[in-house]
Amino acid sequence: MTFIGNKSDLRVVGTRPVRPDGVDKVTGRAVYGADATMPGQIIGKVLRSPHPHARIISIDTSKAEKLPGVKGVITSADIPNIPSEEAFVGEGPMNFRDLSLNCMARDKVLYEGHVVAAVAAINDAVADAALKLIDVKYEVLPHVIDVEEAMAPGAPILHDTLFTAGVTPKPTTPSNVAKQVRFTIGDVEAGFKQADVIVEQTYTTAPVHQAYIEPHACVAAIAADGQVLITASSQGHFMIRAYTAKLLGIDIANIRVTNAEIGGGFGGKTVVYLEPLAVALSKKSGRPVKMTMTREDVFRGTGPTSGGTIWVKVGATKDGKITAAQTVIKLQAGAFPGSPINPALMCAFAMYDLANVDTLGYDVVSNRPKVAAYRAPGAPISSFAAESAIDDLARKLGMDPIELRLKNAAKQGSKTVYGVTHGVIGYEEVLNAAKAHPHWTAPLGKNQGRGLATGFWFNIGGESTGGVFINEDGTASVVTGSPDIGGSRASMAMMAAEVLGIPYEKVRAVIPDTASIGFTHVTGGSRVTYATGMAVTQAAQAVVEDLKKRAAMIWDISPEAVEWKDGEAVPAGANAGGFDPLPLAAIALKAAKTGGPIGSEISVNAQGAGPGFGAHICDVEVDPETGHTTILRYTAVQDVGRAIHPAYVEGQIQGGAVQGIGWALNEEYIYNKKGHMDNAGFLDYRIPVASDLPMIEAVLVEVPNTRHPFGVRGVGEVPIVPPMAAVRNAIRGALDLELFHLPMSPPRVRAAVDAAKAPKAAE
Amino acid sequence: MPSLNYVAPTTVSDAVKILADASGPTRVLSGGTDLLVQLRAGRISPELIVDTKKIPGIMGITGSAAEGFTIGAATTGAELGDHQALKAAYPGVVEAANLIGSKQVQGRASLAGNLCNASPAADSVPAVIAAGGTVTIAGPSGTRTAPAESIVTGPGRTSLAKGEFIVSFHLPAIKGKTSDAYLRFIPRTEMDIAVVGCGVSITVDAGGTITAAKISLGAVAPTQVPVDASCIIGTKLDDAALAKLDAAAQAMCNPIDDKRGTIEFRTKVAGVLARRTAKIAYDRAGAR
Ligand SMILES: Cc1cc2nc3c(=O)[nH]c(=O)nc-3n(C[C@H](O)[C@H](O)[C@H](O)COP(=O)(O)OP(=O)(O)OC[C@H]3O[C@@H](n4cnc5c(N)ncnc54)[C@H](O)[C@@H]3O)c2cc1C
Repeated sequence: MTFIGNKSDLRVVGTRPVRPDGVDKVTGRAVYGADATMPGQIIGKVLRSPHPHARIISIDTSKAEKLPGVKGVITSADIPNIPSEEAFVGEGPMNFRDLSLNCMARDKVLYEGHVVAAVAAINDAVADAALKLIDVKYEVLPHVIDVEEAMAPGAPILHDTLFTAGVTPKPTTPSNVAKQVRFTIGDVEAGFKQADVIVEQTYTTAPVHQAYIEPHACVAAIAADGQVLITASSQGHFMIRAYTAKLLGIDIANIRVTNAEIGGGFGGKTVVYLEPLAVALSKKSGRPVKMTMTREDVFRGTGPTSGGTIWVKVGATKDGKITAAQTVIKLQAGAFPGSPINPALMCAFAMYDLANVDTLGYDVVSNRPKVAAYRAPGAPISSFAAESAIDDLARKLGMDPIELRLKNAAKQGSKTVYGVTHGVIGYEEVLNAAKAHPHWTAPLGKNQGRGLATGFWFNIGGESTGGVFINEDGTASVVTGSPDIGGSRASMAMMAAEVLGIPYEKVRAVIPDTASIGFTHVTGGSRVTYATGMAVTQAAQAVVEDLKKRAAMIWDISPEAVEWKDGEAVPAGANAGGFDPLPLAAIALKAAKTGGPIGSEISVNAQGAGPGFGAHICDVEVDPETGHTTILRYTAVQDVGRAIHPAYVEGQIQGGAVQGIGWALNEEYIYNKKGHMDNAGFLDYRIPVASDLPMIEAVLVEVPNTRHPFGVRGVGEVPIVPPMAAVRNAIRGALDLELFHLPMSPPRVRAAVDAAKAPKAAE
Repeated sequence: MPSLNYVAPTTVSDAVKILADASGPTRVLSGGTDLLVQLRAGRISPELIVDTKKIPGIMGITGSAAEGFTIGAATTGAELGDHQALKAAYPGVVEAANLIGSKQVQGRASLAGNLCNASPAADSVPAVIAAGGTVTIAGPSGTRTAPAESIVTGPGRTSLAKGEFIVSFHLPAIKGKTSDAYLRFIPRTEMDIAVVGCGVSITVDAGGTITAAKISLGAVAPTQVPVDASCIIGTKLDDAALAKLDAAAQAMCNPIDDKRGTIEFRTKVAGVLARRTAKIAYDRAGAR
């Protein structure tokens, strides 16, 4: 692979053309999950557990089945009871048996909202009535919501078969701690001995939902011969195919999944909830079955990301050299194992070049919905604590927070706690850009404060397929297996147009179904522009090679004597002959005479995704009487490698920052004593609204990733990592308040103000 | 399966007759921004919906600052916001009504719906109460007038009898240097339910001394509650008076701990808002 991303050579990459999916989206023509239909479809709905933890004694569906208009009722008896098997299909490790049990409870319900049965009926009203006729008898069990309580001795145990992994000797009693994991380099004890200043603190974060605007939806049909068709909105139609096949025991070749337009996923649509049930209901009823979640279903039944408890200790010498950093993190996994504990540990201090780091983590189950991936899974949680601690360290040292970070910045050759040595990275460039930005030195008023925090994300590559096909008129079609959640169709078309040397407007990118393109891993891990972009670029390069051959054939010269320039074949030099350039369209027109259709489909398993770093500067004004925090100004600086379509890169950064601001200020799951979620809706689960926010200024730093033809690094996840600590550090600057718990909601900030004013009793 | 009927009578007497004769659960419909949401969520299942919006006069504003204003029950928030004379006379009532929801919700939401939905957190209600607003109620035994504060009796409950509905609101003539204000506290900046709401109306003499005041708090008790304003009457709203007002407001709070705020937080913020709202109303009154 050759690097072709030098800015001065680029015509299309780096410009801001109109997105190909834009018109359909703003005019309402776009077909989202809930818009998809199949002839003869009926409605599927699920029955959810009212209890956070209970044994299912019996389920009587007979009354529901007899209701006129009901075409089928399913329970776990209709879903294969599959064995435990670890897999990696979505955006993290997944156990197929757990996934099956999460879609439909067997024996036990593990959270309020856990599905116990589903019906298919001729309309919504009949389906609703049928759900009320299903009689489930439960033996209610004690429940546990909080992570520390779930770890405490005597806590209600969710799974009798769960023994803490990663400890020796192997435990003999079941536990809610699914695993213990540790990453270490150097010797932290020795490091702390060298320190002049040490900060040490425990922080907590609340679980937060991805809050995509589009609830999960699908329509599915199984034919008499076992052929399955599914249309669903997700981050990976190959993922839906794989999971549905495994959970229902169907051959992959018998399932074809079409991806609907997706209304946000942020990691939360890298697993299945409805599709296997819709197929099972279709099998029962003989009709296509449509299933659509409500917002309440989304909150009660689908994955948020973990909340957790994070203890952090950092030591430094007087001149600001960090000598040791240590963390212990306990993450809520929800009802089944699988919190993002590993990345949480790995990312906490990945911005720094440190000799001594120790990170210890616990993956803990409790009676909440199973967590799902959410942008940079785990990193925002540990970074909130780590970057708050670094800020407090800077205060203690009397050092500028950027200088402290620059002094300890990771660079090429820095070794991470998880064993990888950083390659070409742009952390120092990002810090210097933040330092140089006028925002960093702008004046502040009363009750106003400024905070800075930084973040890291690995970014991934992986398996992708991309195709480029030249049409008879010289336009090009680009196909990929990557659902487009961030404008990737535009970026794919742009990379192809760049290589082919034709205008962006002559290239159209689409995402065909799973039977019509090679396997492609989910849209997640910030991998699409990197890995799928690599496949598309290589396919376009293969097409160019072919076009050169065709021109050589037409001119009757050797292919080596042809060059491709600005969308035309030209003779390589005077010796090659005096031919007029052959534009792509002219070669396309003669394709039949030169060997037939022109096109290439390339599958890659892309390696070398370059990590990304960001630094966010946040200004707040805090009302000390109400505890209300207003975000006044926000600047997000990020190394993006090479921005293919800068507007979409900025959109990713702005979106990540906004989600992080919500996480910082107001978002949380509120559980009552019965273990029920009290705020399963957008009224009381408060994501930021537009009027809460200033324009987020995105500053793009470009340190190209030499492993990608255009220098791409993933950009979608880094921006959600710094905001919580940036906001926290800003509030600290405004009122000199020490806040350690998320969300920093008005009641909490006001309580901190009151606590700071109260005379310290013991002193 | 239960059925749902919809009627849209064109006179007050027809509406009263339909409401009085209805045998099953029945609801009056104004803008529907509460009703339809509750219907969809399955929280209510009426058999009959009586839409008032076809009744002439049920939407619209008449009157002036000198003679007082009559506001049709189903008049939308947007219409209130566009009425310059009303806005000048009762800035507090209008700003409260305009806080409801968003632009879209403003195109529908009404004072009658906000009052009769009987939420402790309704935004326009403390403002209308503080302004001395009254409502005209039509019913089987004719028409009656009642103070706005007499309507809500508890969360989701009103004092309206079977067959009764609100036809209009009345805001009194502005006398002397009088003005009003409304503030609410929400965690965000819009699309939220008040954690505390506060309506204040203040009259001052030529020297800026308060001669009359009326204060109503929302979201801190099962219904809107009055705050004893005697602590600020006779003052120029100096710091001592404001501190007393803060305490008087906190003393009236009987909130719940819920997803929208703790008892402690709501109580403290009620004091803060009482001070801040009074200050705005005082300055507005002084500027008359
Ligand atoms: C997105 C959204 C945001 C919102 N934000 C806010 C907010 O910020 N603040 C706030 O206070 N509210 C808010 N609301 C609630 C609602 O918009 C207000 O309460 C509004 O004023 C209701 O008016 P309406 O005309 O739509 O009432 P409707 O929904 O028509 O009626 C509400 C209730 O009053 C009864 N009713 C209606 N008219 C009469 C009448 N003439 N006589 C007797 N009973 C009657 C109905 O039967 C029903 O029980 C919000 C609602 C939504 C959907």
